[in-house]
This record gives sequence, C-alpha cells and structure tokens, in this order.
Amino acid sequence: MNAEPLLIVRDLHTTFATDAGIARAVDGVSFTVARGETVGLVGESGCGKSVTALSLLRLIDGAGRIEAGSEIILEGRNLIALSEREMREVRGNRVAMIWQEPLSALNPVMTVGDQIGEVARVHAGASRREARAKAVEMLRLVGISAPEQRATEYPHQLSGGMRQRVVIAMALVMNPALLIADEPTTALDVTIQAQIIELLREVQQRMGMSVLLITHDLGVVAETASRVIVMYAGEVVEESPVREIFAAAHHPYTEGLLRAMPRVGATGGRLAVIPGSVPAPTNWPSGCRFRDRCPYAWERCEREHPPLYQIGAGHLSRCHLAVEPERRTHPHVPLAAATGAGAGR
Amino acid sequence: MSAPLSEVDVAATTSRAADTGPWRLAMRRLRRDRVAMVALTVLAVFVAAALFAPLVAPYPPNAQPDIVGLARVAPSWSHPFGTDIFSRDVLSRVIYGARISLGVATLAILLAMSAGTAWGAVAGYAGGATDAVMMRIIDALLSVPRILILLLVLGLWGNISLPMLVLVLGLTGWFGTSRLVRERVRALSKQDFTLAARAIGARDIRVLWRHVLPNALSPVIVAATLGIGNVIVLEAALSYLGIGVRPPHASWGNIIEDGADQIGSAWWIALFPGLAMLVTVIAFNLLGDALRDALDPRDERRP
Repeated sequence: MNAEPLLIVRDLHTTFATDAGIARAVDGVSFTVARGETVGLVGESGCGKSVTALSLLRLIDGAGRIEAGSEIILEGRNLIALSEREMREVRGNRVAMIWQEPLSALNPVMTVGDQIGEVARVHAGASRREARAKAVEMLRLVGISAPEQRATEYPHQLSGGMRQRVVIAMALVMNPALLIADEPTTALDVTIQAQIIELLREVQQRMGMSVLLITHDLGVVAETASRVIVMYAGEVVEESPVREIFAAAHHPYTEGLLRAMPRVGATGGRLAVIPGSVPAPTNWPSGCRFRDRCPYAWERCEREHPPLYQIGAGHLSRCHLAVEPERRTHPHVPLAAATGAGAGR
Repeated sequence: MSAPLSEVDVAATTSRAADTGPWRLAMRRLRRDRVAMVALTVLAVFVAAALFAPLVAPYPPNAQPDIVGLARVAPSWSHPFGTDIFSRDVLSRVIYGARISLGVATLAILLAMSAGTAWGAVAGYAGGATDAVMMRIIDALLSVPRILILLLVLGLWGNISLPMLVLVLGLTGWFGTSRLVRERVRALSKQDFTLAARAIGARDIRVLWRHVLPNALSPVIVAATLGIGNVIVLEAALSYLGIGVRPPHASWGNIIEDGADQIGSAWWIALFPGLAMLVTVIAFNLLGDALRDALDPRDERRP
C-alpha cells in the first residue's frame, strides 16, 4: 500500500453562471480518498455532492467551470492541469462513474453489450469481437445470468436492478482506481438496493479499488463506507470515521440527518425533519450557512464563518460548538421553523 | 475474475432479443398499420415501374411512330393513357417520368437531410456561440423564399443537367431539417447517457455519432418521408415552368406541361402524369404520418 492517498481534492470551487448570478455550487471542498477505501459523501439535494462528482471527471461544461486554484490530484497527477485528451484517458479508465438512474444513463438504441464493450474499444483499442467478449465477461462478473443473451438486449428489456448491474459492469471494464457511485440505489426498489450495495461491496473487495459513494442515505454509508464526509451548501461540514458519526455526530446538520433516518422498530411520532431548505447557491448566507436551520445558532454563527475544527482523530466539524460546547445544552426553535419557511414541524 | 458474484435478478424480464431492438419495434408497429402498408405497396409498385422502365413501358418514351396519324390518340388498349401531340405513348412517358421525378426527389431529399443533419448536429452539440452563429445563418436562409432562390438560380443557369438540379433542390431544402436536428441534439446532449458516454472517455465525435445521432434520427426519417412529396411537386412545378427537367427527359412536370394547352381536346396527356404525382405524394404523406406514429417512443399502444 502506498501512503499517499489515491485522490486528494484541495479547495475545489465549481461555479455556474446563472441568471441569478454566480452559483457557487462547490465552494472550497477538500478531502482525500485512500487506496482501497470507501468514502461516503453525504448531503441533501442541492448541497453540491453531485457537482463534486462531475468535477472529479471534469465533466462540468456549459455555464459551469472549475475555478482556478482548485486541485484534484489522482495518483499524483493534478487532473485540473491535464489536457482534454489526457483527461479522456482518465475517464472510464482510472476513474469510472456509476449513475443514479440507470435507465437514463444507458443509450436506448444500443445493446447493453455494445455499451459495455465500448469502454474497451475506447481505452484498450479492442476489436468488435474482443469488446463483445469483454462485455459478456463483465456481465457475468456483476452477476447477470445468460450473459451472452443479455449482451444482445436493449436497456428497456432489462429490469431496474439488471440495468444498474450493466452500468456497474461498464464502470468496471478498465478496472479503475476510483469508482464514483452517485446515488447508485436511489432509483431502485428497496429489495434491489441491498443487492446492488452488496455487489458494490464485493466488487470493491475483489478488485481493490477506492469508492466514493455519494448518497443522502446514511444507512447505505453505514453498511459500506469506512469514512463519511457530510456536505452542506457547497462545503464540507463534517468529516469523520463512519462509526463515530453514528455514535457522536458533531455538526447539528449531521445530527439532523441522523434524526431524519427512518428506523425499523421505531414506533409512534413523526419522522424528524430539518426545517427549511438549503439556501440558494447564488447567495450563500454569511457566517454559518446552516444557522437558520440550526437549533443551537447564536450570534457568533451570524458573524463568523466557521472553519473546519478538528474535534477528534480524523474527525472535523465546521461548527462553532467545537469551541463553545456548552451552547449545545440550550437548543431553541430554528429560525427557519419559527418563520414557517420550508417544511417546519 | 469472472465468476458470478451473486446470482439474482435472473427471471426479472423475459424477452426475445431478436425482435425487440428499437428499430425492429418500430417496423413491427408500422407493419400493423394498414394505411401505411397500402401506401408502401403503392410506392413499391411505382418504384419498381421506374426501376424497370425499359421492361415495363410498352414503348420507348421518345418514340414518335406517326406524328400525323397517331398524335393525340385517346386512351385505348394499345395506348392505355393515350398519346401526345408528337404521337408518343403517354403511359411510357409517365413510367420513364417516374424515374426522373422519383429519382431527382429522392436524391435531393437525401442530400437535404444529410446536410441538415450535419449542420444541426454540429450546432446543437457544440452549443454556445457556435450554435448561435450557425442558427442565425439558418434564420437568414429561411427568410428567403425557396421558390425565389430556385427561380433565380435555375432561370439564370440556362440548360441545367439532372445532377445539378438534384444539387440545387437538395441544397435549398435542408434549413428546416437543421433546426429540427439541432433541437433534438440539444435535448439529447443534456441527457444522462450522453454524459455517461463522455464519462467513459469517448471523444465528442464518437458521442455524437454513436449516442446522440442514432437517437435523433426518427424525426429526420419522418421529415424526409413527408418532405419527398414536396420535392416531387416542386420539381414538377419547375419543370412545368420549363426551368426544371428539360426535354427530351420526361418528368411528370414536363409531361403535364406538354398536355396543358391540350387540356380541352386531349385531356389524357396532362391528367395521367398528374394522377401519378397525386397518388405518389399522398402515399408518401400517409407513410410519413404512419412512420411518425411507429417511431414515437412514447407510443405505448400495442408495444
């Protein structure tokens, strides 16, 4: 094992020019992923986690751009500095992506075999026949029976779970160093979700790649990841070993996410929600971006943007509670709930 | 590394791969459309007659056996469509005219669709300033009436050859198609599978050619089928005006012109090529409508 992390993201800023102004979707995100490690990237819709994923592949275009000064260092190379041609060598080869909605991520007029084989054609210069053989091999690897037959079928002929297996097969063709899975189970039935998570885990163990698992589901993270990064409003707000986040989450946003998890056996009462919604990325609030939704917020949170405080071994939290822990004993109604904004209780 | 990891999901769907590709599905839907099948049969007959004209036509198209005795003979068993003022057999001329009229229209539409698809695909996929400039050019070109361009070009050209006529008809007919394709390509470029194709490291040209264009093709096929009727009529109009297909080539348009001043006494000269054109154009339009239904992915009737 190499001591150097496989992936180092440093001060990533991804912005989009919109009619309402510059949207700072990812606003100074830094994290690392070690070789062979599975890291969970958690947050609600609009927090910037998917934009982070696309930024890693440099697939931000149109109105969006990765700001100068951002660094994405994979296997010692800064991807930001690569030419487009060099970047294409990375995509699908060293870094591969698993998509949220397999049906829309697959080309409807191309057989799944051709789509899997295309990766080998692009990166390994495989012939038509070699590509087909590779596709069959990959389909078998991801647990699809009668792979020769399935390879000739179109996405609409497969079930949701099988489609996601096809998407995973596509991602694994070149044995990438990093697999980015963007909400890989969100679009699937609950029973299939567990199978796909299990498959990802088996694949990860067998092939030894690193996985960046993007999800809003902390349950999935608990099952698969060793570390978790929580994003809110374009920033990392908490980073911690996975066990610690369930035992001792520090950031009030993470606490809220944990409380909002449905639990088997819990009876009575409504599921907790975090009042309000993520602020607009064109206009992040000054100070702490979570303060309107936070039950502990005090005047310091308005005045001072919290840094990532070190609160334990490998545990960081972007909350002033780290230095004024006594504030935690006096929760109040968050501003967003008091003013009735968003989904209050 | 190829042993199955977990054996599940096996019987989730059953299918017969051989006949379930998207194009095959569309063709199957089309085969169930009776109107489309009638139209297709009619067109097949016309195309076959055109292709095998020397075998099918009872006389050579330009033979003038007896310009005095056999001119303007009414329809009869020996001349089902009658003869014209030069004693030429109208049926034979209509059959040979089908060669020119269908051939010119088909080649012109193929050229127009290719040009429109290429232009629209590049504009739609590139987006941004490239797209804006390319589409403003189309706006400008569309603001000039096509017939005006044709009259000018063909009128000034003098005696135009058939390949040049195809070229002129084709190159004035692709502006609308480019808009259509551009819209489709723009929409498809934003779809996940396009992003997914880029995420496997495919080059833009591959993404466009293998992933975007095949999904943009259905409206082009429909537009081509519906558009071919227009081109047939346009070519006939130009030939009627004497600036399209020139004699001695027979086209439906110039046969009608031959018969136009005889319409009171020898109605058959203009009527039969006119009917041939009418039936062809209607058949193409019906087929186009049916194709639109058959190729519509949202059409879930009898999948």
